[in-house]
Amino acid sequence: MSSTTPLDFTPRPKAAPVVRRVLAQAGLELRLLLRNGEQLLLTLVIPVLLLVGFSIVPILDAGTASRVDFLAPGVLALATMSTAFTGQAISTGFERRYGVLKRLGATPLTRLGLLAAKTLAVLVIQLLQAVLISTVAFLLGWSPQGGAVGVLSVVLLMVLATAAFSALALLMAGTLRAEATLAAANLVYVILLGLGGVVFPVDLFPPALLPFVEALPITALSTGLRTVLAEGAAMPLGPVLVLLAWSVVGAALAGRFFRWE
Amino acid sequence: MDTPAVEVTDLVKRYGTVTAVAGLSFTAARGAVTALLGPNGAGKTSTIEICEGFRHADAGRVRVLGLDPIRDAAALRPRVGVMPQSGGVPTGVRAGEWLRLLAAFYAHPLPPEALLDRLGLSAVARTPFRRLSGGQQQRLSLAAAIIGRPELVFLDEPTTGLDPQARMATWELIGELRTAGVGVVLTTHYMEEAERLADHVVIIDHGRVVADGPTAALTRGDRELRFRAAPGLDVSDLAAALPPGCSVTERDAGQYTVTCADPDEIGPGLVATVSTWCASRGLLPEDLRVHRRTLEDVFLELTGRDLRD
Repeated sequence: MSSTTPLDFTPRPKAAPVVRRVLAQAGLELRLLLRNGEQLLLTLVIPVLLLVGFSIVPILDAGTASRVDFLAPGVLALATMSTAFTGQAISTGFERRYGVLKRLGATPLTRLGLLAAKTLAVLVIQLLQAVLISTVAFLLGWSPQGGAVGVLSVVLLMVLATAAFSALALLMAGTLRAEATLAAANLVYVILLGLGGVVFPVDLFPPALLPFVEALPITALSTGLRTVLAEGAAMPLGPVLVLLAWSVVGAALAGRFFRWE
Repeated sequence: MDTPAVEVTDLVKRYGTVTAVAGLSFTAARGAVTALLGPNGAGKTSTIEICEGFRHADAGRVRVLGLDPIRDAAALRPRVGVMPQSGGVPTGVRAGEWLRLLAAFYAHPLPPEALLDRLGLSAVARTPFRRLSGGQQQRLSLAAAIIGRPELVFLDEPTTGLDPQARMATWELIGELRTAGVGVVLTTHYMEEAERLADHVVIIDHGRVVADGPTAALTRGDRELRFRAAPGLDVSDLAAALPPGCSVTERDAGQYTVTCADPDEIGPGLVATVSTWCASRGLLPEDLRVHRRTLEDVFLELTGRDLRD
């Protein structure tokens, strides 16, 4: 069964440079994400369908602003959550279950390198999502506000949200069983899609619920993006603080409770 | 280079109230094959995972290439290859992709394509891990353990579940690693694997070492010649023809055994004597063979239990 290809097994151990290790792992993470149909449904297909569907069909009362101007920031927020939280929680949960995290931790990649690679892959996917969603939104007549300062605010909001969602994803994947993570991550996705100001304005909720809803990371992100992109505000301080708080608390909890196997 | 590859002293590992490893000590030399042999649940995997830095020891001292597997993990990672008992690979990753990824972690890796070819995995290089057969998954894990050209590899049951050809190929590969100077520590519950591969065998049962030594030393000792023929034969003239110090007995009906005080007497001459005696009687000796003590015999003698328990 084996041919006799000569191989030199003489020990010559040495780690590759850290950048090469992390890039190789990030490349693999990215290919696995792009090859996974369910992940693509979650990260690309559903956000685009929501954007197109709710823009075209007049079931949404978006006031005087055009519907797409209201929807695009919400869908961008949803896309960020789907990649950084839902997708990452599910894939990491199963990698933990199958001993992949443990195995990679025993290579020169190291655990820190693995986390860096995952973050990099998530950021690349989010860039792809942003480009695709913006393109579709522009085709639907989107006219975002904010200018150059707005772009900076959007990037800041997205990065903070990615940190918060990733920390929460790892907290879930590193503590629950893989199947429980799968179920919980999907449930959280659906609940936050409904509550988080993604396609429905949050002021539809009873005033008593509003502080709770506005404290959710998805609401902070969608409201923050909307304040910048639809209303032209410079830097929405409230949402930035909410996302910062989730990032710090999430990272602290994940760091404390995450189990590699 | 004078420290051993692995040095384990009085290792203890408990899981709740269960003691998996109960004061275990052994040494594995560099550039040699050391087999941890024992039945399932003996504590082999716990021991090897502590050596790999995956688990903390509850007591005892473990040194791998002279270093602490947990404290010095960063220094050890490039030098040590690891093959877990199962899993460790994302289900959707392709065989070739996984090896290329691991190769990218090392400065001087083996060429992934050649290694795939060597392990008979070229045809499935583009197949996702979850669709590989159990044996193919095992071989991919083995390839991943050695791709970085480590000086020491830990293989946890490298051939469990392999078909005979794949097992033979894995044995050959382990032999080549040894020849190239790679230290190998493997666990197995196949005594023939330990006998065939290992320079040194550590037999483990209930978390303790029950025997430890060079493979040849463990299995040396009384050889004997056995054959089957009709029951109840008069063997007195055969006994007379045997060299001094040798005797023949019928242990079970029709099962004859020749033993000698000096095991070196069990040689070609003795086989000829027995054959000649059978021929003179018109008997065909069935299953005529020189039986050597196996690790299974050693294990049975030491524990009174079967290795496959």
